[in-house]
Amino acid sequence: MLQAWFIALVSFAYLGVLFAIAWYGDRRADAGRSIIASPTIYALSLAVYCTTWTYYGSVGRAAATGIGFLPIYLGPTLMMALWWFAMLKMIRIAKANRITSIADFVAARYGKSQLLGGLVTVIAVVGVIPYIALQLKAVSNSFTILLHYPEIVMPARAAALPLLQDSTFYVALIMAVFTILFGTRHLDATERHEGLVAAIAFESVVKLLAFVAVGIFVTFGIYDGFADIFARASLVPKLDALMSFSGNYSSWASLTFLSMAAIMLLPRQFQIAVVENVNENHLGRAVWLFPLYLLLINVFVLPIALGGLLHFGGGSIEGGVDADTFVLTLPMVHQQQALALLVFIGGLSAATGMVIVETIALSTMICNDLIMPIMLRWEWLGLSRSTDLSWQLLSIRRWAIVIILMLGYLYFRVAGEAYALVGIGLISFSAVAQFAPVIVGALYWKGGTRSGALAGLSAGFLVWGYTLLLPSFAKSGWLPSDFMELGLFEVTLLKPQQLFGLTGLDEIAHCLFWSMLANIGAYLGVSLLRQPNAREAGQATLFVDAFRGAQAPTGARFWRGSAQVRDLLPLIGRFLGPERAYEAFNQYARQRGVASVDELVADANLVLYAENLLSGAIGSASARVMMASVVQEEPLGLDEVMNILDEASQVRAYSRQLEQQSRELSAATRDLRAANERLKELDRLKDDFMSTITHELRTPLTSIRAFSEMLRDDPRTGLDERKRFLGIIVAETERLTRLINQVLDLAKIESGQAEWHTIEVDLRDVVLQSVDATSQLFKERDIELEVKLPPAVAPIPADRDRLIQVMINLLSNAVKFCVPGVGSVVVRLRQAGHELCVDVADNGPGIPKEDQAIIFEKFRQGGESSDVLTGKPQGTGLGLPISRQIIEHFGGRLWVESGTEPGKAGATFSFSLPLRTVRRNKAEEERA
Amino acid sequence: MNRSRLTGQRLAATFLLGCVLLNYPLLFLFNRGTDLFGIPLLYAYIFLAWAGLIALMAWVIEHRSD
Repeated sequence: MLQAWFIALVSFAYLGVLFAIAWYGDRRADAGRSIIASPTIYALSLAVYCTTWTYYGSVGRAAATGIGFLPIYLGPTLMMALWWFAMLKMIRIAKANRITSIADFVAARYGKSQLLGGLVTVIAVVGVIPYIALQLKAVSNSFTILLHYPEIVMPARAAALPLLQDSTFYVALIMAVFTILFGTRHLDATERHEGLVAAIAFESVVKLLAFVAVGIFVTFGIYDGFADIFARASLVPKLDALMSFSGNYSSWASLTFLSMAAIMLLPRQFQIAVVENVNENHLGRAVWLFPLYLLLINVFVLPIALGGLLHFGGGSIEGGVDADTFVLTLPMVHQQQALALLVFIGGLSAATGMVIVETIALSTMICNDLIMPIMLRWEWLGLSRSTDLSWQLLSIRRWAIVIILMLGYLYFRVAGEAYALVGIGLISFSAVAQFAPVIVGALYWKGGTRSGALAGLSAGFLVWGYTLLLPSFAKSGWLPSDFMELGLFEVTLLKPQQLFGLTGLDEIAHCLFWSMLANIGAYLGVSLLRQPNAREAGQATLFVDAFRGAQAPTGARFWRGSAQVRDLLPLIGRFLGPERAYEAFNQYARQRGVASVDELVADANLVLYAENLLSGAIGSASARVMMASVVQEEPLGLDEVMNILDEASQVRAYSRQLEQQSRELSAATRDLRAANERLKELDRLKDDFMSTITHELRTPLTSIRAFSEMLRDDPRTGLDERKRFLGIIVAETERLTRLINQVLDLAKIESGQAEWHTIEVDLRDVVLQSVDATSQLFKERDIELEVKLPPAVAPIPADRDRLIQVMINLLSNAVKFCVPGVGSVVVRLRQAGHELCVDVADNGPGIPKEDQAIIFEKFRQGGESSDVLTGKPQGTGLGLPISRQIIEHFGGRLWVESGTEPGKAGATFSFSLPLRTVRRNKAEEERA
Repeated sequence: MNRSRLTGQRLAATFLLGCVLLNYPLLFLFNRGTDLFGIPLLYAYIFLAWAGLIALMAWVIEHRSD
């Protein structure tokens, strides 16, 4: 037996823990060390979505419809993938414009309209108050059930109890106090309630743990795992039906859609996701963590429902145990006192989390969008006398909280067990879904107007009321059911749940279809009747273009007029309190680099800053009215706004162009830098070349000069000696001439000025002629020469003399490197694929790998053939570079293969020339 | 801060995939009397698809480059 005082004690202890967390969170926030600056906390706080309707109600829904409870959680899972765009945009807009509620969001977008804000508030309040009543009912019912432990007693109709004995009344009061303590400590709602968020995240953990604990107890404690429950249930025909889908497809789709809208648009979700968001990067992890939470809290729903149905039988409300209470009653019938208490606390978590956040959100909306506009209009004189209204604003919010909870309690008293309460979750979702068209339009469409939004919302709200809310009243017996069965004024076409004869949909899908049709139709239709006016166009740009980053428009562009700091400061002070207003202005001055508030210039930016401060406190529409009262404004015409927007888009276009040009410029700079590097390299090469060539020229010159001087200065030189000297002089002169010729030759080839006489050449002839020309050399040095030619080869286009030059160069190189007497050179002509290939192979010392590349560079020679006398290799060092240039000119390659190991020594110089062109020419000739 | 375009496109694709997997007609291909390890096929399918989607979203988010 659990005593009432014990349950109450545990409950208060739990609430005390919550409050301690909130207090700690607030203190840490004040100290600048936020405990909620984590994506995980953000994702957990989003789970305020799961109320007692999830906690107790899912099982009830599963007991009635099988998997029909799932779309409510699948929709948000899908929507989270789109949060990346949509919610990020909402957060940015809300932060930039200090928007604190969904009503303010809609009002601000459509020209800061007080009427629109009020309408959204009314819809939200009407839609959500019954939902709050549901939470109160759940807490009170679970309390009553737990009180009778271990007996299972369904709570009596609450209305039967007098007010002061009704526990629900006290629950409502306690929650009101709690909400006031949590939610209205500061005025400016953009100063987030960090402690509250921490407490909500904690509650999300508690309710998940409690629910999973029951799930595990039922699945593995009472039964023997999932398969066991399903196997037993499948033996009962009625339960077997729950395990397959028997409902309507349209209801599945419409529930998915509804829950997708709800996760973005429910006032409490907006509060947690947008207003309380600390850092937009937290969205990232929430995208998958929040769906994971939903998955975990739903895994055990069907097993608990089936387990309860198996245990309690039918589960109808009148006879046995209500399926909505299975979560609590199943542990109770199995004598699990502690678990039952944990379940109760989990339910309390779900209820308090929802009630607190929802009530704070609603109280902000009621205060800013219903009461403020009325007060500003009717009690204008009274307001203007007061110098500090911030305290009044706070008390308005506190009273709003109390009134909302009392309205919730009242609804609960009146509705009781009636259908109007049981079905309220979805009815509530359908109401907030009416915000979807205007919000989507707010984010992505610049053409929506205030009248369009008003028309759409009103039409949708009216259809919702007629097709869903009134029927729920009728089903509860508060309204005559005639109009349900016969239609309004007995017109059959106006039957609320078969409007215009539409059948085949369940009531939710039916309502959703007609209300969305009316809503979207009116929103688009009326919006398109006229151009947006100046203010609507300006606000539309602020919202739709919010993602433009640094180029995003700011409201200051759309303001023109004159203002005085001495007017602005007191105005803000009246609503925020003088000190906080002064502090805010001081901060602005510091940001602007101005010494003090007195030196601030009241330009468009400051006016916008002030208006945003005020928006945070009293809503954007009322803030607009208040600002207009202290500053002289020149209203901008639509044309002017359009011009500004055009200007803005031109500026954007210019800036894009500039970016493009700067990119091109940096690319060009990069290219130039590379070119410069290359030029420097070439310059260095040229210097090298010059120094090498002068060196090369000086060597023969020195020797010519030395021998000439000897001839001149020493008349006693013998004739033989003179002849020898003259021979050397002639040889050196020839070497000099050869060198200069080659340098000129190379220069010509490299600069492209060489003359080429391209004719068809038979490579056999070229080889034979070159061999003839060098045969004397071979004989002199006693080196064997072998020539291997195929009987015939196809002619190729080339310059005959140039090819002979190459061949002679290769042959004389081979001779140079062979040891006289034992040396042998093989010349081979062969066809390889589409190329003709000539190899000149010697059996000299070979060329080391590291030298194989450099021998093709100018003035670089293989080291092995150094002249013993001068230490210089023989030759000019230009032969191979020139040969390579010649071969490459005809599209061929020149390369060397060599080994230096004993036995395999020797170098093979090869060149190849393509056959292709000739073949084609031949083919063409044949065709011709 | 500009959000990575690729991440956005991946998430949008995940959304579309989820819409297809968890709706008529694909969903109702699994609406038959058989079971998977003792768990009704439809029920098992929904939870597996759901978990798969979450895993996909987690992968996309945790591998974003920005």
